[in-house]
Amino acid sequence: MSELLRLATAGSVDDGKSTLIGRLLFDSKAIFADQLEAVERTSRDRGDEYTNLALLTDGLRAEREQGITIDVAYRYFATPKRKFIIADTPGHIQYTRNMVTGASTADLALILIDARQGVLEQSRRHAFIASLLGIPHLVVCVNKMDLVRWSEDRFEEIREDFRAFAMKLEVHDVSFIPMSALLGDNVVDASQNMGWYDGRPLLHHLENVHIASDRNLIDARFPVQYVIRPQSGTDADLHDYRGYAGTVAGGVFKPGDEVAVLPSGFTSTISEIRAPGGAPVAEAFPPQAVTILLTDDIDVSRGDLICRPNNRPSVGQDIDALVCWFSERSTLTPGSRFLLRHTTRQVMAQVELLEYRLDVNTLHRDEGADRLDLNEIGRVRLRTQAPLMFDPYRRNRYTGSLILIDPTTNNTVAAGMITGGEQARVSSNVTWHTNAVDRATRSATGATLWFTGLSGSGKSTVAVEVERLLVESGRAAYLLDGDNLRHGLNADLGFGAADRAENVRRVGEVAKLFADAGLVSVVSLVSPYRADRNRVRSAHEAAGLRFVEIFVDTPLDICEARDPKGLYARARAGQITGFTGIDDPYEAPDIPDLVLRPGHGGPSAMAEMVVSLLGA
Amino acid sequence: MSVGYELSHLGTVEAEAVHIFREVAASFERPVLLFSGGKDSVVMLHVAVKAFWPGRLPFPVLHVDTGHNLPEVIEFRDRVVDRLGIRLVVASVQDDIDAGRVVEDTGPRASRNRLQTVTLLRSIREGGFDAVFGGARRDEEKARAKERVFSFRDEFGQWDPKNQRPELWNLYNGAHRRGEHIRVFPLSNWTELDIWQYIADEGIELPNLYFAHQREVFARDGMLLAVSPFVTVDAAEEVVTAMVRFRTIGDATCTGCVESVAADVEAVVAEVAGSRLTERGATRADDRISEAGMEDRKKEGYF
Repeated sequence: MSELLRLATAGSVDDGKSTLIGRLLFDSKAIFADQLEAVERTSRDRGDEYTNLALLTDGLRAEREQGITIDVAYRYFATPKRKFIIADTPGHIQYTRNMVTGASTADLALILIDARQGVLEQSRRHAFIASLLGIPHLVVCVNKMDLVRWSEDRFEEIREDFRAFAMKLEVHDVSFIPMSALLGDNVVDASQNMGWYDGRPLLHHLENVHIASDRNLIDARFPVQYVIRPQSGTDADLHDYRGYAGTVAGGVFKPGDEVAVLPSGFTSTISEIRAPGGAPVAEAFPPQAVTILLTDDIDVSRGDLICRPNNRPSVGQDIDALVCWFSERSTLTPGSRFLLRHTTRQVMAQVELLEYRLDVNTLHRDEGADRLDLNEIGRVRLRTQAPLMFDPYRRNRYTGSLILIDPTTNNTVAAGMITGGEQARVSSNVTWHTNAVDRATRSATGATLWFTGLSGSGKSTVAVEVERLLVESGRAAYLLDGDNLRHGLNADLGFGAADRAENVRRVGEVAKLFADAGLVSVVSLVSPYRADRNRVRSAHEAAGLRFVEIFVDTPLDICEARDPKGLYARARAGQITGFTGIDDPYEAPDIPDLVLRPGHGGPSAMAEMVVSLLGA
Repeated sequence: MSVGYELSHLGTVEAEAVHIFREVAASFERPVLLFSGGKDSVVMLHVAVKAFWPGRLPFPVLHVDTGHNLPEVIEFRDRVVDRLGIRLVVASVQDDIDAGRVVEDTGPRASRNRLQTVTLLRSIREGGFDAVFGGARRDEEKARAKERVFSFRDEFGQWDPKNQRPELWNLYNGAHRRGEHIRVFPLSNWTELDIWQYIADEGIELPNLYFAHQREVFARDGMLLAVSPFVTVDAAEEVVTAMVRFRTIGDATCTGCVESVAADVEAVVAEVAGSRLTERGATRADDRISEAGMEDRKKEGYF
């Protein structure tokens, strides 16, 4: 059986998007003779000189009259290997909401670039929306290669240009295909004109791109959608039947699995899983729709979530999300109230805060923004009237997405991607287990040395030296480097204020655990905000652990002159935004335990100062 | 099926439809499912019944009867409803004609197709239905390609294609006021071939009109129409007996058949897979009215 691949395209007729789709459908024989005839007839009536394949996808009268795509159109085609659903969306900025809609379920996005024009603002916007909506695969179609004499140099130039931009986005798989949709080169069949290209034609790529691992099969999540209770008077077996019907949103469920039901926190065991129609299911995984039965008679209803007891989503009423505003008749402002739909829950929600508005062309964050208008994207903090059970959107599209409905018009006015939230820190039914070994009986005394300062201030250099000195002296120490942690523990976080706060919180928690285990945690982290650092200090003090804050106070001009990673140059050039010291503030500690300034000597001398401060 | 945790293509679209049925049953007060005896509505009903197993279907089915159905269709409808033990509501176009709410076309080319809209909207109003399941698919027709899964209808039952609610992920917005309703299309992402493959896989029974049989037909507007009491054959039209089958089932005055020797499901799957005409293009006169024929009828409240 073939798999299903959902793809989204964005662009206008000018980019050759419709020609490309028409070509894919036509060459894979998905256009029927009567559809083609209707298009040919209409093209003639309109006075077009060629068969306008855009007419195949532009289904509404207004679209045909104006010659533009307004809405998302869904097209279907199949090859012996796969079935495809194309969500064909308009490319202009005034239709950003339509692209967001089409992209929400896509596995792959096609970005069209006219080889003559190169990477335009529009191409960058499309790539950004694809990354915002978490589309795992991007295919950049460098089209109209015939008009640049099939030039490999031009193709490489565009590829480099796009790559430089894509580095700022969270897209993990980007492919580039040079093509001519009009002539058919590299669409279905390999081009005879570009011998230098050794990759696959587009259709071949679409048939083979690996999408199975895009789903989250780790975190078991089952939002209860409907409770099946036949309560049959005639069939005694069914009298006590209670089946929890829903669609698996993540992970794998099996009969015999111990599960927890949120928000109540009750635990039970799966007795059986049934497919629609009743066939027993050995393992249920996304996106299967199944019915789960539990061994215990506990209270479970629509809106609850079944998960594994040791892997729970966040549960909370304060939600951080990136939202795209869809309404031309109203705006999003702090204080506005909506109906919020998330998994199978619907609750009231209020916008507490608009953190910033994002310019979808430049990615610039406008923190002074006081509202979002049609098609604008921004980061908000929402307060819900009842808790949601959520994961970050990056981790799970289905437990991380939400829509907002205007209660006065009933219209869907926004889509949201959850980035995090102020979770109820202690989830329901999770209690702290006291270890059998207490701190006094551990052989070593731990502590946390926290280096804060601008990028390029020398924090890491000194921290590395401190770790070396401590280990040499026989003391267990471990360096927690901010950049390194962003590859793993904090790979899902960005550089906005809320993500930075979460970054600091996580590193602080890890440092605290290591310190509790008797290690010296050596933390090197820009950690620009005072409040975030103070929270870590309080957490340590509450746990009776020592916290040493070291401010590496190197002036900005020196840091910038060093610029070891080239980041200042890029920030000055506007290629990255929200960079500490340039367009994001650094808040120096009020009362640091130690301040290191360039005049205090080299890294070794500074390291010795830190170690002697730590003492035995 | 669970090897490598891959769901087949049909498994995926079936799961999506099941999700939609459960979502509606959980969040609407009075859903109803449109059932004509045509293959799409038969598949839709089959999936709906599976979604609530072992419980009963938690809503009735509604048939808008033009009075111009071939007898095989009515016989099949009654048998299915009987077997499943579900409640059938029949809304009759004849009632609206008799009550003077609509005026029937006259002449040899008269059709009751468009009158159905009035009967459908009346029965939705009278039944107080707030969600109406339809078997329409997006691959059928270009106006339908833009239709949402949850498609809002105002108090006059009208569709406004330019102001559709954005629909993202599997979060459907069914919010409505009293008197308004939502059309729900669980089979939106199925293609004609998917329908047939699913019928074959699940062993679903269909009216025998879908399989090749001998029938008296005549050619009109490039289609083959069945001879029946509901159509008048012009003097110039020649009646012949041919081996035919229907690709869609609707009002006998506007639903044509195609010459075919496909006598069982497997043969039909093979025929559909090789077809170069859409099912509506081949056999539906009602879509040929104009380039925007379907869009205009849908705005008025058609299926």
